[in-house]
Amino acid sequence: MIKNITIGQYFPADTMIHRLDPRIKIIIVFMFIVSLFFITSFYPYLLILAFIMLTIKLAKIPVRYVLKGLKPLMFIIVITFLINIFMTKGEVILEIGPLNITKEGIRQAVFMALRLIFLVIGTSLLTLTTSPISLTDGIEKLLTPLKKVGVPAHELAMMMTIALRFIPTLLEETDKIMKAQMARGADFESGNIINRAKNLVPLLVPLFINAFRRADELATAMEARCYRGGDNRTRMNELKLNRNDILAISISTIFFVSIILTRYIDIRGIL
Amino acid sequence: MIIKIEGLSYIYNQNTPFEMKALDNVNLVINEGEFIGLIGHTGSGKSTLVQHLNGLIKPTSGKVIVDGMDTSGDKKDLLKIRQKVGLVFQYPEHQLFEETIYKDIAFGPINLGLKEEEVNQRVKKAMESVGLSYEKLKDRSPFELSGGQKRRVAIAGVLAMNPKVLVLDEPTAGLDPRGRDEILGRLKKLYEEENMTIILVSHSMEEIAMLVNRIIVMHKGKVAMDGKTRDIFKEQSKLEELGLGIPQITQFMREYRMKGNQVDDTVITVEEAKNELIKYLRRKGND
Repeated sequence: MIKNITIGQYFPADTMIHRLDPRIKIIIVFMFIVSLFFITSFYPYLLILAFIMLTIKLAKIPVRYVLKGLKPLMFIIVITFLINIFMTKGEVILEIGPLNITKEGIRQAVFMALRLIFLVIGTSLLTLTTSPISLTDGIEKLLTPLKKVGVPAHELAMMMTIALRFIPTLLEETDKIMKAQMARGADFESGNIINRAKNLVPLLVPLFINAFRRADELATAMEARCYRGGDNRTRMNELKLNRNDILAISISTIFFVSIILTRYIDIRGIL
Repeated sequence: MIIKIEGLSYIYNQNTPFEMKALDNVNLVINEGEFIGLIGHTGSGKSTLVQHLNGLIKPTSGKVIVDGMDTSGDKKDLLKIRQKVGLVFQYPEHQLFEETIYKDIAFGPINLGLKEEEVNQRVKKAMESVGLSYEKLKDRSPFELSGGQKRRVAIAGVLAMNPKVLVLDEPTAGLDPRGRDEILGRLKKLYEEENMTIILVSHSMEEIAMLVNRIIVMHKGKVAMDGKTRDIFKEQSKLEELGLGIPQITQFMREYRMKGNQVDDTVITVEEAKNELIKYLRRKGND
């Protein structure tokens, strides 16, 4: 059950999208996120949907696989939806006891839910098509100019690399400890929220102890290989932009700027 | 018969690019009172098979029946199955979590809903069977112990469930010789004195030879060989093909025989070899 989490997981393949420079992909996703917050009406969402579908198609990732990434966040999405649908004031359509459903509420709820869903899908597409190593390389490169103002670019990138590197390890470990405790009759799946939280103690304590032990070992192993931070470190594969990268960033920029502009210009008026 | 496995197949990460077939049509019957050695190359499916035995993993296809209960059947049966088949994972000391050794071992019995008195007795007995002093250690933190002791606490945690079948996944990995001998000795006692059915996963042919009476060899998710310990170790070349081997002492006796000494080369433990060599040398002296 725990292995079904696709957020932050890489989907190995050799496609145009996978080969794009990680810096370009990070910038595109950043533009994607920003533009999502500028959307005020429904039809730009159609464009966003088309953009996402095209990317998924080009990256040759099964749609079902992308949607699976939504599962762990379904709870948050549903809560947001419910809060919006009941808490927005306006023209009342339906009354259920003390709760009112308004026309504005429905609109707002669908809107927020869509925004969340697109946010998750968009960002998980980045990690699905970019291996953790190139992703952190990209982040480090993008942050390098900020070193001058004191941003520890290399350290941040190293922290991310290590964090990403240990996600599968920790998941595996969680799975193993969970099973070990289940073999001793532990129950992680039933009971009310308080009991469930209590039942997590036999899982969390060993998990933390092992994580600290592992961190200690990793630090020693890094020191043993003379790690002294990123100063003067060179790379085997330098990141280089090629024609496809330029093309991708240009198209995306135009696309997302248009999306942002829909907030200010009514396209329907032009059409 | 206590565990019956029929046409069991298991696929990890089905329908993803990471899909991997770990078990492929495994059929086995495990009888009460057997001491089974489960061997196989890394990645042969041993650990996956073992986790099917108490329903931690549900078969992709096929069936696992424990004492008449299907592991993918009624959810209520699962707790009963897990009580009957105790599973000790690799490096079980990594699962310790309580403040005191007593509480950690009591975790299983409490989950079974037993009364305090019964829990108390179970903990006492479990600690005894792994050779830990109840009086001295029950209130200590499990994290203060040595590696071998921690592991014995973890094994006691499983024994306190009072299982009929005890499954251990490489229980001696990473222990010093003394810790290893201690655990193996305790297993032997559990088998002989408590009539427990034991399944031991191990990479050490010496351990297997010393303890078990039946060997199951896994290879690429299938049962490659299954038979009495002595018979399996006769097939040296087949075992080596599967990336395994025979006990060193058997190897030694075989080479000694090839040099023209008429000794029995089917011995599998040092003790047996000693007796055989003494017999042989006496015979030779008499001639």
